Amino acid sequence: MTPNVAEIFDTMDYGPAPESDKTAQEWLENHGRHIGHFINGKWVKAAKSKTFDTTNPANGKKLAKINQGTKADVDAAVKAAKTAQKKWAALDGHERAKYLYALARLIQKNGRILSVLETLDNGKPIRESRDGDIPAAARHFYHHAGWAQIQDTEFPDYEPYGVVGQIIPWNFPFLMLAWKIAPALAAGNTVVLKPAEFTPLTAAFFAELCVEAGLPAGVVNIVQGDGKTGAEITKHKDISKIAFTGSTEVGRIIREATAGSGKGLTLELGGKSPVIVFENADLDAAVEGLVDGIWFNQGQVCCAGSRLLVQEGVADKMVRKLAKRMTNLRIGDPLDKAIDMGTMINKEHLKKVSTLVQKGVNEGARLIQPGAEDCPKGCHYPPTMLTDVHPANTVAIEEIFGPVLSVMTFRTPEEAVMLANNTRYGLAASIWSENINLALDIAPKIKAGVVWINSANMFDAACGFGGYRESGFGREGGREGMYAYLKPAHLADLPAYKAEKSKLSAARHEAAPDGIGAIDRTAKLYIGGKQARPDGNYNLSILDAKGKLAGSVGEGNRKDIRNAVEAARKAEGWGKAAHHLRAQILYYIAENLSARADEFKKRLQSLTGATPAAAQKEVDAAVKRLFTYAAWADKYDGAVHTPPARLVAAAMKEPVGILGIVCPDENPLLSFVSLFAPAMAMGNRSIIIPSEKYPLIATDFYQILDTSDVPAGVLNIVTGIRADLVKTIAEHDDIDAVWYFGSDALGGTLEKLSIGNLKRTWTNNGKQRDWLDADSAGEEFLRHAVEVKNVWIPYGE
Amino acid sequence: MTKKSATKRKHAPATISNLPVAIVSEGHARNPGTPLNLEWLDSVQVNLSSLERRTGSLTGRRSVKKDYQAAWLLKALSCIDLTTLSGDDTPGRVKRLCAKAKRPVREDLVEALGIQDLNLTTGAVCVYHEMVPTAVKELEGTNIPVAAVAAGFPHGLSPLPQRLDEIRASVAEGATEIDIVITRAHVLTGNWKALYDEVRAMREACGDAHLKSILATGELATMRNVAKASLVAMMAGSDFIKTSTGKESVNANLNVSLVMLRCIRDYLEETGYRVGYKPAGGIGTAKDVISYQFLMKEELGNAWLQPDLFRVGASSLLGDIERQLEHHVTGRYSANNRHAVG
Repeated sequence: MTPNVAEIFDTMDYGPAPESDKTAQEWLENHGRHIGHFINGKWVKAAKSKTFDTTNPANGKKLAKINQGTKADVDAAVKAAKTAQKKWAALDGHERAKYLYALARLIQKNGRILSVLETLDNGKPIRESRDGDIPAAARHFYHHAGWAQIQDTEFPDYEPYGVVGQIIPWNFPFLMLAWKIAPALAAGNTVVLKPAEFTPLTAAFFAELCVEAGLPAGVVNIVQGDGKTGAEITKHKDISKIAFTGSTEVGRIIREATAGSGKGLTLELGGKSPVIVFENADLDAAVEGLVDGIWFNQGQVCCAGSRLLVQEGVADKMVRKLAKRMTNLRIGDPLDKAIDMGTMINKEHLKKVSTLVQKGVNEGARLIQPGAEDCPKGCHYPPTMLTDVHPANTVAIEEIFGPVLSVMTFRTPEEAVMLANNTRYGLAASIWSENINLALDIAPKIKAGVVWINSANMFDAACGFGGYRESGFGREGGREGMYAYLKPAHLADLPAYKAEKSKLSAARHEAAPDGIGAIDRTAKLYIGGKQARPDGNYNLSILDAKGKLAGSVGEGNRKDIRNAVEAARKAEGWGKAAHHLRAQILYYIAENLSARADEFKKRLQSLTGATPAAAQKEVDAAVKRLFTYAAWADKYDGAVHTPPARLVAAAMKEPVGILGIVCPDENPLLSFVSLFAPAMAMGNRSIIIPSEKYPLIATDFYQILDTSDVPAGVLNIVTGIRADLVKTIAEHDDIDAVWYFGSDALGGTLEKLSIGNLKRTWTNNGKQRDWLDADSAGEEFLRHAVEVKNVWIPYGE
Repeated sequence: MTKKSATKRKHAPATISNLPVAIVSEGHARNPGTPLNLEWLDSVQVNLSSLERRTGSLTGRRSVKKDYQAAWLLKALSCIDLTTLSGDDTPGRVKRLCAKAKRPVREDLVEALGIQDLNLTTGAVCVYHEMVPTAVKELEGTNIPVAAVAAGFPHGLSPLPQRLDEIRASVAEGATEIDIVITRAHVLTGNWKALYDEVRAMREACGDAHLKSILATGELATMRNVAKASLVAMMAGSDFIKTSTGKESVNANLNVSLVMLRCIRDYLEETGYRVGYKPAGGIGTAKDVISYQFLMKEELGNAWLQPDLFRVGASSLLGDIERQLEHHVTGRYSANNRHAVG
């Protein structure tokens, strides 16, 4: 019985406020409730091909049947994209901008039906698709229309990848489509995009908008399907770059599948983001931040603030406030305009979430679920809080991807940072404190790509978004997001290495070589600022250009790499050192190298057979390069973004952390310097594997490092058999990124083995650089040496 | 709110200590106040951006339709302090206002909405001291309380003894609610003791009449000041805290309301006493007042949607609510001239 006015006057309930789905259902009917692929500007709906159903999670009703993309479908889409790409990239930036602008306008004009379709397909509250997802998607196209417009002046030495394969998740189907397609198109790529199989509809609607905007056929292709279709995209040889958003588990599979293929790759994966609440926070504000952080979108958000770290003194108060606030969250029909939480994506996922919560309870957590009794049946899961959780508990470690908050306490700021970083992930973090000194002190210490101060889950097209660690690599949005769809133009002109059979250039021996008149100089490894005897106590004989014994170096093994990483870990202070100091030390290295230029020149001549002029040129270039990075050390600044709100977003450039750097054989001095100097300039600590053939150049360098005030552990050098060392470096979970330059296929192996902690990789893909060229220095290198962290700082009193 | 009939009462001075423990009205005890707690004030934190995000999104998160909207508007109507505070007020003008307060909605609409039994009136009639006797007389036999603005309203800067006498005078004339304005200087200079003493003295002067303390938030500069002033006003025994006199350049808004509501919540949690809230000024439309109701319900719960804990100081709001109600009943958009003026 519906209550009458007088009764409502008494209860003061909200009552239903349904949004009509009539227009969206009509659109589906017009398509015969059958959605195919959008390839080369046309709908492809082969009657015979396999289909699957997409259903409304709110009522289990089928919305449409969807074609399952096959290899042939992917081939056709890639072919269309490839054909269209040259012309698309050749368009004047202004022309591409006009198309993107038209798409933005069309999204706005169709905002209503898009948001209803999204809610039908996904189960998210209509309020969120209407006020969040769809307007943000439009904003993304507007912003990137701008990048297309000014691309020529802003990215003059860059070119698009070509055909980009994009695989997106079900939690923000349309917004993720915008995040993927807008920058790709702006940069001049064409795309083959696969929506998630649970949420195919808004992508299909977008295809119609592409037609309406007059977008040339083949520029955007949408292939529907599940993971099998995604795998076809991932391995397609004509796709030059893969952009993926989804689970860390699938991210690993994609990293492995693309290893050695030369494809560009960006991954935006899972998270277990901390929300740190200090005792001097506005607790009510933090409560609302958590509503936006963990119960928003039913917690199915990669950057959900799922770990609450609250200072012990205010923990009880905070939990009380949260528990109270949870009772006000309205859970129900996603199409109701006054609903805070809709449905989970499907029953399987619901079960996964409730199983994890049960596990948390079994491990000792206290369950707070005030809405549980009134929670509607079906695919709903009530807002949930688990207190008395400890870092060792499953619910503190695993990404639940549901509306579940795990609460832990801390005593000091230092402990808060420690707990916040005690995770394999590194996507986002929130910091709540009314003390700006404290908040801005903590932000840089959190390993995360996005830090929200006194706020949560804020996004903007102008601000990069993306993670550290196992949350993936690459950024979406802003300038850094554009770089994810561009590559340096000069790379295309680099020659492939001449096929040279990789042969061991060094011989193993135990005793020092005899027959050398001078006093024995057996170079050891350089670890933690000291020469260290190789763990295995084996040495390698190094021959000169004439095949004569030139000296010996230590044969490093796994344990030496381990020791080097430990030394690097201890040198954390380098990342915080004043940029001026980093510059001074690089200048000092240059100064000392210059003083010993003759010695290095002779060494180069004898080892590589370089002419005196060539050797001189290399030494000079090395000195010059050191100056270059000393110069950059205090100039490669971050940016301050101004999203449309009263706040600043500081895009801070931070060191990546610990780098493994594998140097090539050519120009052994210059390439060595060209790689370690940018890493060092940006505050990283490195483990360097020098040229296998000419390691003596690097070992000669020890004395320069010793006399140039380089702090212990900032540069560590491990000589030895490259193939063995590369493997250890790639697999080491405490190395944050690896750079590989060399003539063999080891780069691919390295990418494959990097999946343990999903470290960033940068390999030369079998292309040979000219290290003397100006292109072998500068921003391309610096970009690989930094992570961009966006710190959102709202202000106002 | 006390809803006793507005017969003339003798002023009965009361102090915090000798106040009855609970003057129960609509099921809650009157706030007796607490000692001034400066430590509590020191711990106050208010984040403006977060307030704005909450109030900005809440209005999009909640919606009431059809019968629900009608019921909510009727409830809002029952919380209106129908107000006239003009220099040219006359007994005739006040009589007209009181007539409207007694019969705020047209008879046929009341019948169509099926709410005859509610005997709906506005929450109170709010006038200057000089008009109190007229209002009291006009409202005799009803449950509508007369509220008087007092204590040097709207500036509140006349000598304190004089302000207290004003309060006593209005109470003596039969006002059962007294709206006073605090000394903003005490807030702006952080003189919390002075503020506490002032409000406490006023509370004592009120006796059984309820004290609504106007913070004049538009002149308090920051949200932290608003929060601290709210807490001190409650510690000193205010029955309501109120945003504005209606004479400042910045009236009530949702952000300032959110700060004050959260203080009311904290105060309740600390002391167990419920304090009412009254936004005033600038709330002119049905849509406006529903936003406030959402905020009340979400932040404090249903009890704060009732007239004993929620009042809206407004003069033109009633007209818009009537038009919306007629639209709800007839499906046609209404016009001002179809509803009696107040």
